[in-house]
Amino acid sequence: MSMLELRQVSKSYGEGATEVDAISDIDLTVERGSLVAIMGPSGSGKSTLLTIAGSLEEPTSGEVMIDGARLAGMSRNDKARLRRRSVGYVFQDFNLLAGLTAVENVSLPLELDGVSMKKARSQGLAALEGLGLSERADNFPDQLSGGERQRVAIARAVVGERSLLLADEPSGALDSVNGEAVMRMILAACHNGVAAVVVTHDAKLASWADRVVFLRDGKAVDETLPPPSPEELLNPDVVNPAS
Amino acid sequence: MSIRHSLLALLSEGPKYGFQLRQEFEESTGEVWPLNVGQVYTTLQRLERDGLTESDDVEADARQKNYRITPNGNDELTQWLRTPPDLSQPPRDELVIKVLVASRLPDVDVYEVIQVHRRYIVQLMQQWTRLKEDETRLDIAFALAVDAELFRLDAVVRWLDAADGRLHRATFDAAPEVAVALPNIRRRTGAHR
Repeated sequence: MSMLELRQVSKSYGEGATEVDAISDIDLTVERGSLVAIMGPSGSGKSTLLTIAGSLEEPTSGEVMIDGARLAGMSRNDKARLRRRSVGYVFQDFNLLAGLTAVENVSLPLELDGVSMKKARSQGLAALEGLGLSERADNFPDQLSGGERQRVAIARAVVGERSLLLADEPSGALDSVNGEAVMRMILAACHNGVAAVVVTHDAKLASWADRVVFLRDGKAVDETLPPPSPEELLNPDVVNPAS
Repeated sequence: MSIRHSLLALLSEGPKYGFQLRQEFEESTGEVWPLNVGQVYTTLQRLERDGLTESDDVEADARQKNYRITPNGNDELTQWLRTPPDLSQPPRDELVIKVLVASRLPDVDVYEVIQVHRRYIVQLMQQWTRLKEDETRLDIAFALAVDAELFRLDAVVRWLDAADGRLHRATFDAAPEVAVALPNIRRRTGAHR
């Protein structure tokens, strides 16, 4: 079953003459274990698509389903619970709480969901360890480098039983080596069964995805075909498909 | 790709047999830039002729010879490493010309043309990225060569994005003439074959 499904989703802001269509008639399906990248210029609706997919915003029309559950039929509380339990977010500017340590930031969503402090901390530490950050668990965000902060943000997004990871320009202002490390972590989460959607304008990051969807003026205008085997690049006999 | 200097670099590590040089060359960059095996042996013969390498058995087959780098070879290698390649003249870029032509033709959707190329290049980048997915099997020389290819392709996508944005803005601003005659563009950029 697909983890995320958007059917004919549209979102408009304003009314009458000032109405603007942020996204129009978007269809998107993301299976468990797969990584989908959304590429497009500024203002193409990438971030709007992500906030609607994560139930942070309501679509004007269309249907969003997470793990088979229709968001339209849910109460606010049910949606909040779904967000806490199933959906992890990674933002460009990390959005860590400055007054909490790394492990407290990571375990916070679990505690909010009623998990005991001890158990939440234990799961938080495990998530940090998985990303090579166990030694920094008790450091505050301002004691961490940019790359470390983003790793904490990813740990927070995948901690517990999260099965949908939504990332908006997750490499932020990180250099290309750290940006690649971020994508490797998201891909590792996908290999563990998480479905991920990454919004980016950076083709190097998008190229880690199984599928890249191109957005333009709020519409999904194109997407990549399943890529041929990478080994074909190393075979000089392969004919260049563009020629 | 300078086979000549890559072979000198391998020999600067110590004397090596011809077949060994071919093998090491292929292991380092040959996977990304495949080449004819014969090119390696021909280049080894030329290096020896030019006094940049030497071997004890002049008559032996290039594969069986044990080569070592000479002081002149070391100087040549040092100088080559520090000489920037000539990037002053922009190359004649087929993709740039296609987009320029598409922007002039009334019945062609230039954005669709741009997207066709963008999609193809991103797919190509996905293939290159897959090659470095398994970090445990990633040789550093291979990773650097793959990165170089990814950065080159990324620059093309960025140019396509910039072209898309510039053409979009020009249309939005209702500029009377978006396209410029191609010969002028070529002269301005100094593009050459």
